[in-house]
Amino acid sequence: MSEMIKNFLYLNRRAPYGTIYAWESLEVVLIGAAFDQKVSLAFVDDGVYQIVKGQDTSESGFKNFSPTYSALGDYDVNQLYVERESLEERGLTLDDLMPLTWEDEDEDWAEKDSIRVVSRAELAGMIKDQDVVFSF
Amino acid sequence: MKFSIQINEGPYQHQASDSAYMFTKAALDKGHEIFRVFFYHDGVGNSTRLTTPPQDDRNIVNRWADLGKEHDLDLVVCVAAAQRRGIVDDGEAERNGKDATNIHPQFRISGLGQLIEAAVQSERLVVFGD
Repeated sequence: MSEMIKNFLYLNRRAPYGTIYAWESLEVVLIGAAFDQKVSLAFVDDGVYQIVKGQDTSESGFKNFSPTYSALGDYDVNQLYVERESLEERGLTLDDLMPLTWEDEDEDWAEKDSIRVVSRAELAGMIKDQDVVFSF
Repeated sequence: MKFSIQINEGPYQHQASDSAYMFTKAALDKGHEIFRVFFYHDGVGNSTRLTTPPQDDRNIVNRWADLGKEHDLDLVVCVAAAQRRGIVDDGEAERNGKDATNIHPQFRISGLGQLIEAAVQSERLVVFGD
């Protein structure tokens, strides 16, 4: 472990089940949460499908790992950014996504939304401000 | 500058490992430091000593191993990704009851914490893959 604190961004670009990138990215996020860095996740392109609600993999044989995203708040991973253009290009809205939340210790454990919809331009600015970008 | 390298694709199928090798070699030649090379996703396949390419082609595994030996590189293979894909060392063979190993001795299997640590400790993490 290190005393250094960096801004980490996990850039999730791919659909959840066609390849293993999304699931193994989430494994990095969960392990990385123990390192006390400033962590954000961004969902762009087909990556927005990773947090769509009602995922059902029962007929494909793939493990449905979508419930894991709901646990991120417990790991203090609560900065989740979804690109507006990526949603719109796929006919999705915020209502199609899982309601991911976290509890704010400083405000009597008030439940707050983890997901924020941002524009492509805003996201580009955020990426620029990062120390480390993991692109999966 | 202090670099770490992440390789996300397997050998031969994809250029990622070749490009990462050339980048690493060039960085070392210029006097830069390579803190760690981390193999993730199908990238763990770059570590099996059983790789046998045709004789007129490059041996990607041995090439990494030779560079690692020459420069004392820390070549780390992700344990979770390795278990899924059948990359095995002595410890993993014993823990999981496997009858063989296949990792090249110049590589070591460890956890994802090694990737996070590399990102924290290095000035640049350079990722190779799609």
